[in-house]
Amino acid sequence: MKNFRRELMVFLRTVIGRAYPRLIGLQRERSWLFFEIFLPLLGTAAFVYIYRALGAKPEFTGFVVLGGAMTAYWMNVLWSMATQFYWEKETGNLALYLIAPTSRMAILLGMAFGGMVATTVRALAVLILGSLVFRVTFTVSNWGALLLVFFFTLVALYGLGMIFASAFLLYGREAWHMANLLQEPVFLLSGFYFPIKSLGFWISAGASLIPITLGLDAMRQLLYPQAGWGFLDVGIETTILAVLSVVFLIAAHRMLLWLENVARREGRLTVRGQ
Amino acid sequence: MSQTLAIKTEHLGRIYQIKRKRGESGPATLVALEDVNLEVRQGELFGLLGPNGAGKTTLIKILTTLLTPTSGRAFVDGIDVVENPQEVRRRINMVSGGESCGYGLLTVEENLWMFTQFYGLDFKTARERIQSMLEVVGLADRAKTKAYHLSTGMKQKMNFARGFLNDPQILFLDEPTLGLDVQTSRILRDFVKRWVRERPGKTILLTTHYMAEADELCDRVAIIDQGRILACDTPANLKRRLQGASIFKLQTTPLDTLEHFKQLPGVSQFAGHRRNGHTELNFILEDENALVKVLDAVQAKGGHLLSLEKREPTLEDVFIHLVGRGLSDEENPT
Repeated sequence: MKNFRRELMVFLRTVIGRAYPRLIGLQRERSWLFFEIFLPLLGTAAFVYIYRALGAKPEFTGFVVLGGAMTAYWMNVLWSMATQFYWEKETGNLALYLIAPTSRMAILLGMAFGGMVATTVRALAVLILGSLVFRVTFTVSNWGALLLVFFFTLVALYGLGMIFASAFLLYGREAWHMANLLQEPVFLLSGFYFPIKSLGFWISAGASLIPITLGLDAMRQLLYPQAGWGFLDVGIETTILAVLSVVFLIAAHRMLLWLENVARREGRLTVRGQ
Repeated sequence: MSQTLAIKTEHLGRIYQIKRKRGESGPATLVALEDVNLEVRQGELFGLLGPNGAGKTTLIKILTTLLTPTSGRAFVDGIDVVENPQEVRRRINMVSGGESCGYGLLTVEENLWMFTQFYGLDFKTARERIQSMLEVVGLADRAKTKAYHLSTGMKQKMNFARGFLNDPQILFLDEPTLGLDVQTSRILRDFVKRWVRERPGKTILLTTHYMAEADELCDRVAIIDQGRILACDTPANLKRRLQGASIFKLQTTPLDTLEHFKQLPGVSQFAGHRRNGHTELNFILEDENALVKVLDAVQAKGGHLLSLEKREPTLEDVFIHLVGRGLSDEENPT
């Protein structure tokens, strides 16, 4: 029991400790406000105008704005958490993290929480400004369900990010290229700017392994119940997201341990410039 | 009852797989450590002395759980580093010289605070230790300075302070004074000495290629070269091995080749290198009479003697005696 309490304290303090540089960085380097708010809005606007030019229903504008908001979380997972171990390795911090008696997941969670503040500001900005500029109205039919879907989407998404992060324990530039490759296909497969149902059942089913796919689809159904573009029932999607959350977190824990051991064996844990 | 050793290695070895060059055959491996047997007692300040590439950092990486050995076993505070790395991590910390740590946007004390959190230190303890270590390394007045405003030396000092924050049972210092100015190096060396003396049971493993540092600080020193431990004893005992030998250091005008000095009669060991427009020759002679032959050889090669010094044996001489070359000879080989 005493050991558990000690472990828990170290875990929590690690999360806070590693979140701190991100949080304090927001205050000290304010240029992010421009890059994180104004620029993403432009990308979202482009898709809104495409739908409008095509004469699509107004719900589609709402789909795009919501997708634009959720993009922020995917970018955060990919670039501020998964690939962060690459930079930590290059600067020598990774070795110091690894010789500390703390959980690697706690460090990643700290990065995630720290980054989530800026990400949430970006997501809210896209959502609010997008709604105002493009006159989007959302009618929340079930706040509880919406929050639950959002919660599971984030847990599963950050679990997936931790799995990617484990690759950087072993690899360097190769894993970086993988992250680069993932960015755009996920934009497509997750249906950031269109309902995933339009990709057909099997592709949508495959894409559902990316938590944001089902998360977005369920949120769109809860915000526009009458639109009729849902892929699966919201209840099923929420259950799948809950399962993915557990599976990804367990997988991340195991992957981090496994790849750390492989990297220790191969002598690649702290090799720079690889 | 016997006391647990702070560090123990049994036939420890590490072989790296390296990429084979095109057209090459045979095993593409690099032996970094071979059959290393070490016993470091609790409370010791133990030095590992060897040139660059000798295997010092590889040994530290294994002991700090960053690397697994390919053969043999290693124990830190009686715990197997492969079997139970997490338990080892609770007892250790490491400082690598020439490295910085943390993030440029954070101040010095914020960076140090972040690292204390990875060891679960509460706010009050963390603050006290940070304060005290900043005073030790002379960064107290820079506590609120962002790390990116610090000079390289100051960043190294911050990293040095970080290593002591969790009050480790066993501390690994890998070339801690590398690149630091003389005064700072002296301050850090004094602190290291004090830290071990004032805290019974605390152990430091220090790697260095500065002989004077090892001589001044260490209770015992192991000399390592090409992955093998060649000798392990107190600095005084190591130097005593050369008692009776005549040790001379000569400076001459630049000489083209130095290889022939090894073959001179009466020369037990020789190491030499070119430096700052002259040539430095270090001889361990069987007796002083051999010096005449050495001076004749210098003259025969067209060199002129600039200075000649007979001196007491140093750890560098012990190294030359054991290995047949000096610690700094890789850059200017004989």
